[in-house]
Amino acid sequence: MLRLEGLDLRQGTFGLRAEWDLQAGARLAVIGPSGGGKSTLLSALAGFLAPEAGRILWHGQDITALAPGKRPVTMLFQDQNLFPHLTIAQNVGLGLNPSLRLTAADHARTEGALERTGLAGLGGRRPAQLSGGQQGRAALARAILRDRPLLLLDEPFAALGPALKSEMLTLLEEITVRAGTTVLMVTHDPRDARRFAPLTSLVADGLAHPPQPTATLLDDPRPALAAYLGKG
Amino acid sequence: MAGRAVTLIAAALAAAILLLLAAPLLALGLRLGAFSLGPADLAAIRFTVTQAALSALVSVLLAVPVARALARRRFRGRETLVTLLGAPFLLPTIVAVLGLIAVFGRAGWFSQILALAGLPPVPLYGLQGVVLAHVFFNLPLAVRLLLQGWQAIPAERFRLAASLGFGARDLFRHIEWPMLRAVLPGAALVIFTICLSSFAVALTMGGGPSATTVELAIYQALRFEFDLPAAARLALVQFLLCAAAFALAGRIARPEGFGAGLGRTGAPPAPGGIVRVLDAVVILLAAGFLLLPLAAVLLRGLPGLASLPPQVWQAALRSIVVALCSTALTMAVALPLALAAARPGRVWPGLAATLPLASSSLVLGTGLFLIALPLVRPADLALPVTMLVNALLALPFAFRILAADARRLDEDHARLARSLDMPGLARLRYLILPRLARPAGFAAGIAAAFSMGDLGVIALFATERELTLPLMVQQLMGSFRTQTAASAALLLVVLSFGLFWIFDRWGRHHAAA
Repeated sequence: MLRLEGLDLRQGTFGLRAEWDLQAGARLAVIGPSGGGKSTLLSALAGFLAPEAGRILWHGQDITALAPGKRPVTMLFQDQNLFPHLTIAQNVGLGLNPSLRLTAADHARTEGALERTGLAGLGGRRPAQLSGGQQGRAALARAILRDRPLLLLDEPFAALGPALKSEMLTLLEEITVRAGTTVLMVTHDPRDARRFAPLTSLVADGLAHPPQPTATLLDDPRPALAAYLGKG
Repeated sequence: MAGRAVTLIAAALAAAILLLLAAPLLALGLRLGAFSLGPADLAAIRFTVTQAALSALVSVLLAVPVARALARRRFRGRETLVTLLGAPFLLPTIVAVLGLIAVFGRAGWFSQILALAGLPPVPLYGLQGVVLAHVFFNLPLAVRLLLQGWQAIPAERFRLAASLGFGARDLFRHIEWPMLRAVLPGAALVIFTICLSSFAVALTMGGGPSATTVELAIYQALRFEFDLPAAARLALVQFLLCAAAFALAGRIARPEGFGAGLGRTGAPPAPGGIVRVLDAVVILLAAGFLLLPLAAVLLRGLPGLASLPPQVWQAALRSIVVALCSTALTMAVALPLALAAARPGRVWPGLAATLPLASSSLVLGTGLFLIALPLVRPADLALPVTMLVNALLALPFAFRILAADARRLDEDHARLARSLDMPGLARLRYLILPRLARPAGFAAGIAAAFSMGDLGVIALFATERELTLPLMVQQLMGSFRTQTAASAALLLVVLSFGLFWIFDRWGRHHAAA
């Protein structure tokens, strides 16, 4: 279980509080207006922003002070998820060994992850030689190999067209359901939330609201959400 | 990329730099005795400041028409010419001096042309020779700085001026003069500072009581009179001069653009007619001034290149070893400092890397000489000290070349590397080296060429057995073995540019896509 305990985040004059639990294996959409603090929340969970106060617990263990790479977390950023000068296979292999000392078995597993994400045979290419969708898949392939129980997505597919994005969400669902991964996904699009995430947290007005069933929340929005969605 | 390990290493290096700069000063201070300046000291100070001020003034004033012509004209070879303006930075001083003598000296091409017109040759040695050599080195630098200023003026500004019917005078007053007023003082101060610690030029073109710089006076006090208190006193004077210019340069803000423009397209055509002819003449004169001395070295040096005596080749080998060692040292210090400086708001690594500019070759050399004197024979330290001093003096340039790319690397990729928990060595191998290969190769090339051509501290220490190639050339010139000197100078140029080319090419080759 992921527990946010009296979490108080500050970035300059901006502040965000959060106090809630999320069951292991849950899929949570994080929605809200731009500048509302969605990325701030994920930054803190990933370890790039130290909280002003409060704790982050994973299965009862305090991870607030852990370095980003030591957390049970994989994060997909909005951009720069791949090193442009390394091959796709190297980028994905970093998920197995961050020093890139890979055994034959590791290479086989890398190839397997590329296959599962539909990138079979493209391991030798550089990111710039791949389409945007393929780059997203490569980042997912690395996430498979890292096999961390928490996956944070900061709109990594925002630049993709609707059909490609839908394809990525299907792939994401398949991967995370099989591994039992807990997923937090920032999105601008309520349809993504309905489609992928049974639970949704609204981040607005300096508060990350506790998770609620997505359908209930979106069908009967409170004023802050209604303002964001443009209803009411 | 500034992990804790990098920060610690950088902090240790910064402390070492500080120590290396401060220890010689302390040694000088302890040797000083009473601090009183004699008439010869005052003359040296006066000459140093005068020649530096004149060199700066002449360089920037001549640079104005050249930069304007280059900014508004497009012609074949323009790019090459602009690139060549960077070459004097890599050119060994002694080679330039040799070339200038071949063109402007008593028996030079210029004097021969004057003789055809029945005029006597222009005397080259003394103040005018020192200033001429400094202008040769710094006019290209000034042109590059001013050219940046001109190109930073948005094309829209010129278009607006054209639509308002501005004449040349209005254009100058409202558009060009404000830019020049912002850029010229900084450019002049940079050149003034460089010329303050002139040694090799003063050694070859100056000399005598009326044309001795402080750096040259230090050398004479140490080498010929072995007057240690006098050397210490002069070295401290030199340090005060450099440090004052350094502090002043830090205060003059760098010009920051002249309003945004949407691009270079749409600028009105440059004026034609007589102005066009004048621009062409200016460009030809500037190119000739820069290229003729180099051509002279090439023409005079080529015939004797194959029959150079073995001592010259030995000196060349020594110089290459010194250059490679000092380059390795410069890069080993510049890289951690540049990585540590990538963290926003952190200034100490940049300050530590730039601080050597406040000292000079002979100041450091004299201080280290005094420290080493009781312990070892100074000649045994000639090459190690030269290597160390060259590494220190190349550091500010290497750091500046690396710092911008290191910052970009940090912004773009540090987050992912941290989230993947890449250890320091893996970051170095898979991230830092591939992403910084290009600027690192360029910086290493500059450092190597700089060290290869340096004629400074080595002159304090060296005997026959420690001669580097630049010092060899200087001694050959001094003993009037002109032919051998020209060939050795040509070898020196080839080696300096060659080292630069190899490092720069390595960087380009290994640069990540």
